[in-house]
Amino acid sequence: MMAQSLKGIGASAGIAIAKAYRLEEPELVVEKCVIDSIEAEVQRFDAALKQSSSELEQIKEHAFKELGEDKAAIFAAHLLVLSDPELINPIKYNIKSEQVNAEFALDEVANMFIGMFEAMDNEYMKERAADIRDVTKRVLAHLLGVTIPNPSMISEEVIIIAADLTPSDTAQLNRHYVKGFTTDIGGRTSHSAIMARSLEIPAVVGTKTVTAEIENGVLVILDGLTGTVIVDPSADMVKEYEAKKATYEAQKAEWAKLVNEPTVSKDGQHVELVANIGTPEDIKGVLENGGEGVGLYRTEFLYMGRTQLPTEEEQFDAYKTVLERMEGKPVVVRTLDIGGDKELPYLDLPKEMNPFLGFRAIRLCLEMQDMFRTQLRALLRASTFGNLKIMFPMIATLGEFRQAKAILLEEKAKLKAEGIAVSETIEIGIMVEIPSTAVMADIFAKEVDFFSIGTNDLIQYTMAADRMNERVSYLYQPYNPAILRLVKMVIDAAHKEGKWAGMCGEMAGDEVAIPILLGLGLDEFSMSASSILQARSQLLNLSKAEMSSIIEQVLNMTTAEEVERLIKEIEVKEVLV
Amino acid sequence: MVEKTFTIIDESGIHARPATTIVQAASPFAAAVNLEYNGKSVNLKSIMGVMSLGIPKDATIKITAEGADEGEALAAIEEAVKGAGLAE
Repeated sequence: MMAQSLKGIGASAGIAIAKAYRLEEPELVVEKCVIDSIEAEVQRFDAALKQSSSELEQIKEHAFKELGEDKAAIFAAHLLVLSDPELINPIKYNIKSEQVNAEFALDEVANMFIGMFEAMDNEYMKERAADIRDVTKRVLAHLLGVTIPNPSMISEEVIIIAADLTPSDTAQLNRHYVKGFTTDIGGRTSHSAIMARSLEIPAVVGTKTVTAEIENGVLVILDGLTGTVIVDPSADMVKEYEAKKATYEAQKAEWAKLVNEPTVSKDGQHVELVANIGTPEDIKGVLENGGEGVGLYRTEFLYMGRTQLPTEEEQFDAYKTVLERMEGKPVVVRTLDIGGDKELPYLDLPKEMNPFLGFRAIRLCLEMQDMFRTQLRALLRASTFGNLKIMFPMIATLGEFRQAKAILLEEKAKLKAEGIAVSETIEIGIMVEIPSTAVMADIFAKEVDFFSIGTNDLIQYTMAADRMNERVSYLYQPYNPAILRLVKMVIDAAHKEGKWAGMCGEMAGDEVAIPILLGLGLDEFSMSASSILQARSQLLNLSKAEMSSIIEQVLNMTTAEEVERLIKEIEVKEVLV
Repeated sequence: MVEKTFTIIDESGIHARPATTIVQAASPFAAAVNLEYNGKSVNLKSIMGVMSLGIPKDATIKITAEGADEGEALAAIEEAVKGAGLAE
């Protein structure tokens, strides 16, 4: 048979190669029947509850030992479901009043709760339906006399194949034997995915068909980095993945050592490696990955997924939390960047022909000033809790910047008149994502405190290629000399006025772009937290002086492909030396 | 009957962990204990009831206790609410 490859969501990084072990949930068929003795039926139900809770106690203990207190807590909640009066009392009531069997009564009441949680319009609450299903299934299995699989009994190296893994399944996994798992359903935030990351075993979820395609005992390769599952691979493929696995593990160990290290090039030049975040919760990942600050806090998430504008207090709390948790490290907050692909239904803005060229970001904020001023007040009030820098998105003209800055200063003066403390050292900068601004960077540099180059938009506007349109996606060319020349203009302009320049698009964390950006003199690289250690490890092995010496050659190349080839050749040479 | 009002300060609202703590605190008492939020009232001894309200940050909740040991019940719950970092 030809090796077959399935695609899913890489929920936990790493590579595993082992035999498939199908973890099959028994089918629990519930039939309604009339019972003879109500008392005996209630007793039977109580006994099933008791057995289930003693099993859950054991699972909780196992989870505590293997995964820590944090992950064991979910089973304390599961135990409470077993004694929940709103669940138990109606079941017993139904047994008595309708003279039905305990299985039927349980199934009916449990389904009512599961349906209620599934109907909630909050992802977290929806996931709770899985918890209730997990717990009540266990009770049902006891009532039916069906054994539920016990993954803690697995004693050879396997990759688990399942439709879905319940929290109790995942907590029982023995990581010495279970090398990874893959499921039909689930996403990056489902329970099993979170558990996989804390167990540090690779997982690919949401494959849709893994249980249909994989038989027990078949060799499987699981690539949690790319979300790929390979069934029955050839010997060559196994070899290839074994090498990939070794490389990944060596790299990971190497990167982990760099968490608390400064980012210094081989020739001793420091650059700042910072993270892009969307919510205060993302700070944890920034710190765990050794981020030296926040280079882009996308505040629009505060405004999204709700029915009205966030209040000044809500915003203040979020900004204050981020600043405090970063403990004086720089935090660059981008003011509201809405419009384009990011809509806010409650603002009721008319549909536009070209939303990316339309009424968005600073254009919208300068028009809807009440909303803008509320955000600026919240930011200014939070400024005393850390090292805040404010940047305006989508600046196309100096006039826009001056107007936005004037509004900021007005709000600052008002706050001070009200006796509210505001930091005096807030830097005010702009995103450079419109070509007109990049071209005029020397003029802007006299008035702004810093630049942050937003490459996703800068590339789309420079190449006139909608980044949402797949047919023109070939024009998304970060290494195109046209883009690199614009980037150079911005960095040089900043340095000429003694200011700093950063970059907060995908490009800042890109392996091929990093050597060029180092050579161009970029001061700050902002990327997703999970890319930081990899970038740091790369930068430690690059010489800034050497990279500067090839810039002239790079900028005079004719195509993006040529640039990419050159950088890859240089990197190979560096490794060989 | 005794009652007390709290404003939720936890970023994630009353999610599974603090819900577990307050239900555990309420359960040993004989008093009927209820939690009111947004016009709905649930049994505070029911984890599913508490979770079903989906109480977010900044919500104002009212806890009532009625029965022989109502005072002790409310005191224990208040301690649990604060101990779990749900309110100040």
